[in-house]
Amino acid sequence: MEFLLALVVGLMFGSALFLMLSGILVRFVFGFALMGNAVNLLIFAAGRLTHVNPPLIDPDQTIPAASVANALPQALILTAIVIGFAMTIFLLVLLYRAYDQARTLDADLNSFLVEIPKTTGQHVSEKKEPA
Amino acid sequence: MKTPLPPIERVPDCCRGGLVSSILPLLLFGLLCLAWPRVVQGNIFAVQWAWVPSLDLDLAFRLDGLGLLFGLIITMTGFFVSLYASSYMAGHQQLGRFFFYLHGFMLAMLGIVLSDNLFLLFIFWEATTILSFLLIGFDHHKTAARESARQALLITGGGGLFLLMGILLLKIAGESMTISHWAASGDMIRDHALYPAVFICILMGAMTKSAQVPFHFWLPNAMTAPTPISAFLHAATMVKAGIYLLMRFHPLLGGTSLWMATLVIIGGTTALWGAIQALGPCDLKRILAYTTLMALGVLTLFLGGRTVLSLTAAATFLMVHALYKAALFLAVGSIDHQTGTRNLDHLGGLVKSMPLTALAVAAATMSMAGFPLFFGFIGKEIMYEGALAEDMFPVFATVATLFANSLMTAVAAIIFITPFMGFGRQKMDPVKEAPWTMRLGPAVMGLLGIVFGIMPEWVSAHLIQPAVFSFQPDREEIRLVFFHGINLPLVLSILTLTLGSVIYRYRTFLRHRMNTAIDRLWITTPGLYQSGLDNFLRNAGIFTNTIQNGSLHFYLFIIILTLVMAVGWVWLPHVPGILIFPVISGPLIAIGLFAFILASTGVVVFAKKRLSAIGGLGGVGAGVALTFMIFGAPDIALTQLLVETLTLIFISLVLLRLPPMDAVKKRSRSRTIRDACLSLVAGLLLTTLMMGILQVPLDRNLTAFFEANSYIAAHGRNIVNVILVDFRSLDTLGEICVVVLAAWASVTLIRRTKEG
Amino acid sequence: MQSTILQTAAHLMVGLMLVFAVYVLLRGHHEPGGGFSAALLAGTAFALFAITEGPDQVRRAVRFRPGTIAMTGLALAAMAGLPALFMDKPFLTGIWWHQGPFFMGTPLIFDLGVFLAVLGAILSVLLALEEN
Repeated sequence: MEFLLALVVGLMFGSALFLMLSGILVRFVFGFALMGNAVNLLIFAAGRLTHVNPPLIDPDQTIPAASVANALPQALILTAIVIGFAMTIFLLVLLYRAYDQARTLDADLNSFLVEIPKTTGQHVSEKKEPA
Repeated sequence: MKTPLPPIERVPDCCRGGLVSSILPLLLFGLLCLAWPRVVQGNIFAVQWAWVPSLDLDLAFRLDGLGLLFGLIITMTGFFVSLYASSYMAGHQQLGRFFFYLHGFMLAMLGIVLSDNLFLLFIFWEATTILSFLLIGFDHHKTAARESARQALLITGGGGLFLLMGILLLKIAGESMTISHWAASGDMIRDHALYPAVFICILMGAMTKSAQVPFHFWLPNAMTAPTPISAFLHAATMVKAGIYLLMRFHPLLGGTSLWMATLVIIGGTTALWGAIQALGPCDLKRILAYTTLMALGVLTLFLGGRTVLSLTAAATFLMVHALYKAALFLAVGSIDHQTGTRNLDHLGGLVKSMPLTALAVAAATMSMAGFPLFFGFIGKEIMYEGALAEDMFPVFATVATLFANSLMTAVAAIIFITPFMGFGRQKMDPVKEAPWTMRLGPAVMGLLGIVFGIMPEWVSAHLIQPAVFSFQPDREEIRLVFFHGINLPLVLSILTLTLGSVIYRYRTFLRHRMNTAIDRLWITTPGLYQSGLDNFLRNAGIFTNTIQNGSLHFYLFIIILTLVMAVGWVWLPHVPGILIFPVISGPLIAIGLFAFILASTGVVVFAKKRLSAIGGLGGVGAGVALTFMIFGAPDIALTQLLVETLTLIFISLVLLRLPPMDAVKKRSRSRTIRDACLSLVAGLLLTTLMMGILQVPLDRNLTAFFEANSYIAAHGRNIVNVILVDFRSLDTLGEICVVVLAAWASVTLIRRTKEG
Repeated sequence: MQSTILQTAAHLMVGLMLVFAVYVLLRGHHEPGGGFSAALLAGTAFALFAITEGPDQVRRAVRFRPGTIAMTGLALAAMAGLPALFMDKPFLTGIWWHQGPFFMGTPLIFDLGVFLAVLGAILSVLLALEEN
């Protein structure tokens, strides 16, 4: 099963990159969110999918039964989900801000491109010498 | 009601801060004077603390004769300069910064001459480079000052790198990093295969710092600094650091034919070139700057020798030069400060209005020209003796010294006679004499030139001999005497004065010829420097504009491509081994779920409308959540579902305010195909990597620990939650900090956008 | 958004979701749930509330500023680590007191801090975006 999941993760990852490469900022955010999901699945699969019982300890036991799922990657993913969520929100706000500044969401347009001025370091205008 | 009178703009005569801070160099000078008698007797003061022992870097300081000579010059000049500056800079906006840099510069220079550890010396060396940059560019609102500062920084900083390289090579060659341990191992280094490389690196450091041809041009340009700084820079610090370095390395690297030939030729060329150019300009300060080149050349020339005589000549001339150069620079600054100009064509007849400054300049120039009774005369005698005693090219050395000295004599005459006597000049407005703080330095140093000239034996016994002994192991007795009798050096001295007056007589003609000749030079190092810098900046601009063009697509493409190639390079050979046909076991519903996830992903990728893309994204999120669910992870399934919901809410909130997601600019088909291929390759690479991971047996130690202790130690039955809030709670604390920070940043951005 | 059905349903839903959020928070130590899920749940509830009634109503209902809630959460989580320091244990080591069947420990306070921090973060962005 993990191998199938590996294929799914790879395809999701590729799709995410493709979306991010499109240069349309909304699609970039979608790609970012998709990549978060792909990576979470990757961590999940790395912890193996052998057992399907949740990592809980029964009320009359002090240690879990032998066949519970791996708890460690789950804790990592829980953290990753929330961080990814925060980052997606921040990215969305950046998108909002970028549109306000550039009046477009197409990153291929000139308003997103920068150019260093060609002058050689004479950027400070000459002030008058104090007497 | 009385209206208050408008405040009268009055620049104070001197600022108190400057006066008070002059105590620091005076105090240091006093301390050195206390140690002086002991050093003359051959005692050495040394302290040492470990700093970074693994790098051989110790805070080791050592005061010997050479350090003392330099230290006395540095602190004495430092005292007069800072006293002088308290008047010269009075009323300036940034006095605090000025005096901070000035004293920092002095301390760094003292650090160079007192440190006993090579790396420590290097640190101070770089400190002087940086501080001189700040001081030369002190009037940073002027383009000229900024450019000169940058030039000095680039050249001396580059030399500093060579010095570091030399030090490291020396270490590789097996030499101790403690300077005082060198005495015995000179022969080992001189026969070592690395010797030429070490020599060139150290020499480059000294040449750039001490402004030797072809790196000389930063020094005349550095006079854009305020005059007290120029005086300090030229007379006692910075450029003398290179000379000091050559003296310190003399016992280790000196005495070979390579050393002697290189130094004599470079020094002689610099001396002649500097002296010739000194005739050219009309600006008094610039003239002085070129004479410093000449002095530095002569010093290098004498350090090329290995006899006691030539080394004594170097040490003596070092003192002579420090005294007259500091005095002259300060005096020229006074003239500039009082009259508002330092152009020779506009000055004249100042002897009446500035009699004390005139006297000081007279004394200093007489010493510079080398008249008998003045210290300069003693210096010149020993210079000729030293030049005649050179091992390599004594004739060249003597002739170079002779011509340089004659030109100096002429320049000295120009500096004194033109501004102060000024025959036939236009009448100048009456000027006031400079305040006492600005007269004291030139006067005392001019006077010292006479005192030392009358009692040279005392100087040689108390200053020159201890200094020379600390880098010349032969320990022959050194005596400077007032009159040697009639011999070749005396004849040469007389010849110098005669030649000097001839040059002075024809100075206008020579200046004209000189300036046209220099203009005609088709290749000069300043020109090379300038064109090199321009080219560098232009190419940097082109380069930056090419790779940092702001295109998101370009950046991402390069990043992904690099990642794919870097990982693929290492990983691809292993891929055939892991590509086994997978055994499918587990709940079959998962296969349907995976298909659903892939289909939703497809919707996101191919959606034309935002709404369908959002729907697809929701589908992926739900599919992932269900996957977590069926493989035993209810916690993250719950979180994932909730996060998906909230994300969709936020996406809708933001996208409501934005236009549709159509591309404004049409993407070319080839670009889309290229992007798709790269993405697919990257994705499949990830798949193979993951397969590789899955073939390595899982280490469950950590999980086993959590499982065993979750209830017993942490009283929790939900192992995932216990890991989050107990076992790994520090990580979680960091995580919620990130979440809050991201929210904070988002809120700020939203507010900004709404306000603007 | 003006829709009577949605508004009525939302009132009921929001109340239920908030109660459920507290439940999820409290059961988190032994059953699936915990501070993160609870905060996301509560955040969703408030988002629903904000969509139907507008951000001002939410601000009034919450009383505290979202930034204050987030900072309180961070402070609470950080302070939950302090008792361990007084007992010569590493920062954030769980310390427990038990009295009969009742258990009380710093990890529970920590989880509460997580809840408040994440909820505050969500609320602050949500309200800032909604307000115009």
